[in-house]
Parts: sequence; structure tokens; C-alpha cells
Amino acid sequence: MNAIKQKDLILYSGLIILGLAAPFLFSAFKVQLTYLCVLIVLAMTWNLQGGEMGYNSFGNILFYGLGMYLTASVQVGMFFPLAEWTESGGEKTFVHTTAQYFQGISVGLLVAAIVPTLVAGAIGYAILGLRGHYFAICTLGLGIAAGEIAGGIEIIGAGQGFTTPPFPAEIVDPEARGQFFYFLSFLVLVLAFVFVKYIYGSRFRLILNAIRDNEDKAEAMGIQTMKYKIVGWMCSAFFCGLAGGIMGGLIGYIDSTDVAFDGREMGVFMVLMAILGGKGTLWGPVIGATLFHFFKEGLWTFILGWQYVALGVLIVVIVVYFPEGLMGWLREKYPDRFGEVIDEKDRKAQVEIK
Amino acid sequence: MVQASLDGILLGILFALIAYGMALQWGVMNIINIAQGDLVILGGYIAYTLFIGIDLTLRFKGIEIPIVIPPIHPAWGVIISPIIMYFVGVGLYKLVINKVVDRDLFISILATFGIAIVFQQLMNFIFGADVVVAQSEYGTTMLFDNSVTLPNSKIFAAVISVIYAIALVIYMKKSRLGRAIRATAQNARAAKILGVDTEKVYAATFGINAALCGVAGALIAITLTLHPYVGLPYTVRSFMIVIVAGLGNLPAVAISGMGLGLFEEFADYILGTEFRIGAVFMLLVFILVYRRFKLSKKREYLK
Repeated sequence: MNAIKQKDLILYSGLIILGLAAPFLFSAFKVQLTYLCVLIVLAMTWNLQGGEMGYNSFGNILFYGLGMYLTASVQVGMFFPLAEWTESGGEKTFVHTTAQYFQGISVGLLVAAIVPTLVAGAIGYAILGLRGHYFAICTLGLGIAAGEIAGGIEIIGAGQGFTTPPFPAEIVDPEARGQFFYFLSFLVLVLAFVFVKYIYGSRFRLILNAIRDNEDKAEAMGIQTMKYKIVGWMCSAFFCGLAGGIMGGLIGYIDSTDVAFDGREMGVFMVLMAILGGKGTLWGPVIGATLFHFFKEGLWTFILGWQYVALGVLIVVIVVYFPEGLMGWLREKYPDRFGEVIDEKDRKAQVEIK
Repeated sequence: MVQASLDGILLGILFALIAYGMALQWGVMNIINIAQGDLVILGGYIAYTLFIGIDLTLRFKGIEIPIVIPPIHPAWGVIISPIIMYFVGVGLYKLVINKVVDRDLFISILATFGIAIVFQQLMNFIFGADVVVAQSEYGTTMLFDNSVTLPNSKIFAAVISVIYAIALVIYMKKSRLGRAIRATAQNARAAKILGVDTEKVYAATFGINAALCGVAGALIAITLTLHPYVGLPYTVRSFMIVIVAGLGNLPAVAISGMGLGLFEEFADYILGTEFRIGAVFMLLVFILVYRRFKLSKKREYLK
């Protein structure tokens, strides 16, 4: 047992050192690496309720977009009138000082994490009573409705979009912006991973699995399924909001349907990444997101204009031929290395009782 | 008000036609087709192509094959579009759908979502990203002392939808294939044992569904506008109608279709056009949540 612990320690510290060194090693790809961190966070938290709880949601994009809009709105609204900002197209009339910028983004991210969590809690009771495909379609509708409605609200830019505050001009180092957003997203990634890892070792995960495998029986066993379902969804919403806030600052421009509530891209990506890596595993979404990101970035430039066709074909191929994902495949191929860990003592004890 | 009501009812009949196709495949094959709306739009583009005509030259190893089809009235699309769409549907079934029929519903949702993205993008390449409409030049009818203007094309669309729906119902009741489809819907295994080629039935069902989408698309090309990316609202509308009306209950489908049409026109009228699609999606959420609360009183859930 101790040996495994030590191996894990080496693995994690290696990954953290790699993550910290990455922006200096590959300084040309900082934006891509930030994307990767955000994608991994999204895939991992989608997996928490899509893979573990069995509630396949297309609607986590709702929290992502909400976080994006909230961060930018708070960041602007703390210092300047929001309506005038969006009307004048942002940076032309008002300029954030360095201190204002960082104060704004930290408060904004805090709000972006808390409000989507509360929203998830508020709508959770109504929405999570739906099961299976009804839940999937309902959340799909929720995500798209949010995009359409956000596109009609004047104060956050309506159809023209919303320019987020530009990085303070007083910081002259051209690398600073990329590094700031990279480390921010990396921090969120580490937080998310530690949190998900903690959940994987807890009773909470077993309850979520029980809900996935048979909700009625779980309820009959005395588990208050609704409570745990809502908490599970709130966990996803928390990190989706944070990820959205970071992406809003990184992209610098928020459009209601193409950037924030982008069900056609991000909303599907997070599902796809989790399935590609393997639903219901700790490492699956991480590996899936990394593979997907490399595949996407590598291929997108070669097939310019055809990327959505490729994406659609990719979805069909993954879903139809590879629904177990990479980890599921490994599990089947090498059960002794990747299979579920069985407590031998416990198993023997059960045999003896018989 | 009267204007919005009449518009809504005529539009609703069209939605009901799409929803009937949705109910058919859901009931028979147990799949939810997110690409339904994109099949509709594809059908519309076929009618639009007839309207503008085809004039292009294929070059193949130095041989030039000119393809020229003179433009004809878009109303012919109502007959030609379903025929083409039937084969599109069967092809789609053979390629992808047959692999998701027996699987979890979520897999069919995701797989057809992928198909929808492919369709959208291909239509964008072929027909361009502009909003197009096939002019039928049917004129308009004035009612109630000219206070209400009703384009004849909308009346035409409603009439054709009703004709197709009735024809389909009779076909399902009387024909051999219709009986096989109904048998498969009731119990696929028993039907298989009794000698029904379920694979063929599934292919035909999906083809018929696509053909219905073709009809609806051609009618939409005449009455409304076409754009490669507006497929998803049609899917959601038909899904909504099906969950309200239930599977295979045609009068209920027609009534809830009209209700949806009315709701949409009034949402457009009261909230403004920019919230129209948003209102449709929110209605979907509210209907599902309402039904969930109603059923949870009896400790049941939507199945």
C-alpha cells in the first residue's frame, strides 16, 4: 500500500512541476494550454454528474456562460456604469487601472463561482426530477434558451456582444497576460482535481453511483437521492462558473450564442471529452480532454472550413463505436491493472458468511 | 390578435406534421432524433433548389457533363422533396441509426446531435449562409374587412399538411408495411419471431419520417424562411408536441401542434421577436418540469 502511495506522490508532483513549468517551456502555446486546463476542468466536472450520477446533462454550458457574463459584468460594474460600457463598446471610454483590474477579476470570479452554484441549487429540485433522456433534452433546452435570452438583454450587450476589460496596459511585459490566465486556470484545475479526487474516495461517490445504477433502489435503501443529486449538480456548476469566468477574460469578447452559451461547441465538447476518456473514471476525462484538445488543434488548421463536419463525424464515431471510452477499453483489456480494486479481505469475509 | 391566432393555427398544423414523424420513430425505434429539424431544413433546401433550378457542369476525367434543370414552381417540392428525403433517410439509417436503435436513448441523442452538426455544415457549404425563401407568388387573402392578411401560401401549407397526415394514417392502418410497423412498435421481438423483417421496418420508418420532414421542409421553404442553422428549434418543437400529446395519438398531436403555434405567435407579439426562440425553449423546460411535478405526486416519473 505504501509503495502505491509513493508512486502516486511522484506522479502528482511530476504533473504539478510540469504544469508550473509548461508556460515557460512552451511559451508560444500559453493560450492553448489555458484552453486545455479549462477543458479538463469542464470534462472532469461534467463526469461528476454525467458519469458518476448518470444524469447526462447538455446544460452545464448554462453555468459556464453565466460565469462568463457574471465575471465580466462584476469586473466592469464595480468601477464603471455597465450600460455605458456596453454601449460604447468597452475599452474606448473607460480604462481599468492595474489594481482595479485585479480586484475586479477576483471578485468577479468569486461571484461567478457562487451564483451558478446557487442557480443549480435553485433549479435543481425541478430539473433533476426528470430522468434519463428527458433530463438531457430539458438541459439542452435550458442552455439554448439561456443563450437566446442573453442575446436579447441590452445591458450585457445583446446581439453585439460584450467586450471584457482588457489586460491593464501598465504591465508592459507581453508575456504577463498569458501567464496570468494560465496560472489562474491551472490553479482552478488543481483545485478541481483535488476536489474530484476527494469525492472519489468518499461515500458521496458511492451514493452517486447508486443513483446511477438504480435510483429507485437507492431511494428504497434510505438515501435521500434528491438531496445528493442537487449537491452533485452544484459541484459541477461551481467549477463550470469559474471556468467560464476565466475563459471570458482570456477571449476578451463575449457573444451570447457563439462564446458564452455555446452549446454547439463547449456544451458538446465537455460531454464528448468525458465519453472519449471514459465516463465514471477519475483519469478518463483528463486523458479524454487532453487527447481531444491535441486532436482538435492539430486537425483544425488542416481542414479549415470543414472542422464542424469533422466534429460531427467524430461525435458519431466516438458515440457509436467507442462509448466505453479509453479507460473503459483499458479496463476490459487489462482488468488486473485498470479494473476496480477489490478488497480481498472483504470478499473473503463475504464468502465465509455464505 | 386574430392575425396572430390564425397565423399560429396554420403554423401549428405544419409543426404537427413534423411531430408526427418524430412520434413515429420514437414509438417504433425508440430513438430521439435531434437531427429531425435539420432533415426538415434539408427538405426545404431541396424545394428551394427546384425553385432556382440547377445549372452546373460536372468535370470527370476531361468529360464534361452539364446538368441543367430548369426552375419550376416550388410547390412541386411537396411531391419531389419527400421522395428524395426518403432515400436520404434510408441511407442515414443504414449508415448510423441502425447501430443506435437498441442502445441507450442518450446514445441516440448524442449520435443524432453529431449528424445534425454535419448536416448544418454541409448545407452551409452547398447553399450558403444566407436566409432564403422560395417565392410561391400565391398572393394573400384579406379577411374581416382587410384587418387580417393571410398569405395563401400558409393556407396551402396547412392543407397539404393535413392531406399528408391523413394519407399517412390510412397507409399505416391499411397497408402491409403499416401493419408491420405497428407490430414492431408494439413488440419488436414478437414481430421478429412472426416473420417481420424488423431491420427493413426500421429503415422504412426512418425513411417515412425523413419524407415527412421533406414535405414539411418544402412547405416551410414556401411560407417561412430557410437558413442552415435553424434546424434545432424545429426538433425541439416536435419533441415538445410529442411529450404533450403522447406517441401515436394523431388528433392530440394536431391540437398540441396548433397550441404551440398559437403560443409562439403570441410570444412573438408580446415579448418581441428576439425572444421568440428563447420562449420556445423555455416552454419546453416548463412543460417538462410541470409534468415532472404532476407525476411526482404519484411517486412516478416521466418514462
